[in-house]
Amino acid sequence: MKTFQGRVVVPGRVSAEALVSHGGLNTLASFQKALQFGDKKATCGDQNNPDLYGKQMAGKALCLPQTIGSTTGGLVLYCACSMGRQPACMLFSNPIDSLAGAGAVLADVWLEDVKMPVVDSLGDEFLEYVKDGMNIIVQEEGKVLVTDAF
Amino acid sequence: MEYKVKLTDEQKAILEGSKGETLAKVMESLVRYGELFGATEMVPISSKFNHLVTSFGLKALGPVYELMDKLLEAGAPSGQKFTVDPKPLDPKVPSNLLQDLVFKKFMYSRQKDYEKQLEELGLLSDNAFTCTCYMDEVGNKPGFGEILSAVVYANSVLGARCNRNSGIIDLMGSVIGYVPKFGLLTDEGRKADWIVEIKCEKKPEAQLLGSAIGMKVMEDVPYVVGLDKWLGNELNDETCTYLKDFGAATASNGAVGLYHIDGLTPEAVKDGKKLIKKDAKTYVIDDAELERVYREYPVIWKKQDATPKLCFMGCPHMSLQQLKDWTDKVEEGLKKSGASKVSVPTVFTAAPDVLEAFGKTEYADRLKATGVITSYICPLMYMNNPLSEKMPVITSSNKLRTYTSARYYTDDEILEQITQNRKGGK
Repeated sequence: MKTFQGRVVVPGRVSAEALVSHGGLNTLASFQKALQFGDKKATCGDQNNPDLYGKQMAGKALCLPQTIGSTTGGLVLYCACSMGRQPACMLFSNPIDSLAGAGAVLADVWLEDVKMPVVDSLGDEFLEYVKDGMNIIVQEEGKVLVTDAF
Repeated sequence: MEYKVKLTDEQKAILEGSKGETLAKVMESLVRYGELFGATEMVPISSKFNHLVTSFGLKALGPVYELMDKLLEAGAPSGQKFTVDPKPLDPKVPSNLLQDLVFKKFMYSRQKDYEKQLEELGLLSDNAFTCTCYMDEVGNKPGFGEILSAVVYANSVLGARCNRNSGIIDLMGSVIGYVPKFGLLTDEGRKADWIVEIKCEKKPEAQLLGSAIGMKVMEDVPYVVGLDKWLGNELNDETCTYLKDFGAATASNGAVGLYHIDGLTPEAVKDGKKLIKKDAKTYVIDDAELERVYREYPVIWKKQDATPKLCFMGCPHMSLQQLKDWTDKVEEGLKKSGASKVSVPTVFTAAPDVLEAFGKTEYADRLKATGVITSYICPLMYMNNPLSEKMPVITSSNKLRTYTSARYYTDDEILEQITQNRKGGK
């Protein structure tokens, strides 16, 4: 087990299975098809992201460096949360980017029944260590515990 | 909740509900968003107009429209009139029956309702749908130092100040009249993290150069030297058009919100190399580097040598001068090949106001005679669905290449393909 300390963007506690993207997450490309065509698993539709393409994002502890792409990114993330297709949490190795930051804040402020804890600034070592399928526990104050697979 | 962002009494009161729950939430959203990036205060928006990115009534974005309804119900229309990105549909653009069905009945089934919402919120006019709102014909052109809530062209070429805000956050800035001060709104945030030295023998293709720089610097600020021998030191139609296409590629292939061009863009003219941070990194670009970048673009067509079924030019939307120049180019290309019409269905896109101005010139009939279609559509929205992504579409837009399955070619290669019936494949 290894513990990483980050900064709380959206507070909350959660436990989920890790899904890791080593490249930036293109939010629009990743979520658009899932939102458009009723895919509750939110299967990643971004062909340019070999780590995530074709994998379920909903309910996973999404570990990533940052998000990239269109400035619709924040509102796409907000929609994913509103439609219940969001990851269990989002864990950024870098300081959060403006588009993901917008989506995280909008969801937390405007959606009463949705909680998606978000932690950033977890460091490069976090993304080097964490692998798909590992168990992630997000605690208060931005502490993230990573253990072997469930 | 305690915030580090310094708020005025008026801003505090809004946050505490003096103007109702909805506006309190709008203020909370902006303050918390600003806090993430170390914002020091909320500053008033000073530009006359805003620009929004969400122009499409996509069924998948239902929750966004519900949020906009809440703003309208609370009597909170935008404090500024605004332009918005291009429409996703135009009957003039070729599409098959299945595409028509999917576009109108399924994907963009909320388009009409959404356009009505935009009108109620403060849409500038029926013609206000374009990604190039800063064109003279459109008239949404912020001045030097003005703060607005929407990006790379405004920051770099006009010297306006805005962060790369997400959709909805941009609207909320207009509704409340303030945006958090951080990043590109500050002098320090506008300093360059990279020196990009151009050592090419021939004028770099704007969209290819922007792509190379965007992929290297990501969201950092580049200071570009060595472009003056091709662009000169004056911001005129030609250079602004080059910078429009260059900037769109830096933003879409990376996440650049501001660039400086030595001796050309306003802050570089004013402050010169003082804009470069002491620890700035250097990226040297020569012809070989651009060739490497070009060759490494993935081609995600199923059949790599497929004959193109459609060509899109104008992402971002073309300028009036570009439409005229391309009319000449297409005519010359057709003359050389002995053909009378383009061999690939080709769409040139521009702002509705620019198309109106173009329609009044003698070029309009000449372009029409070549078979090229003009449209106000957003090519990205046309392409971004499972039906269109299977089509072999060509473009010289690096933005369109990045977000869709469209295949990139240089301007000269595009011209050759559409006028000389050359099949796909490099």
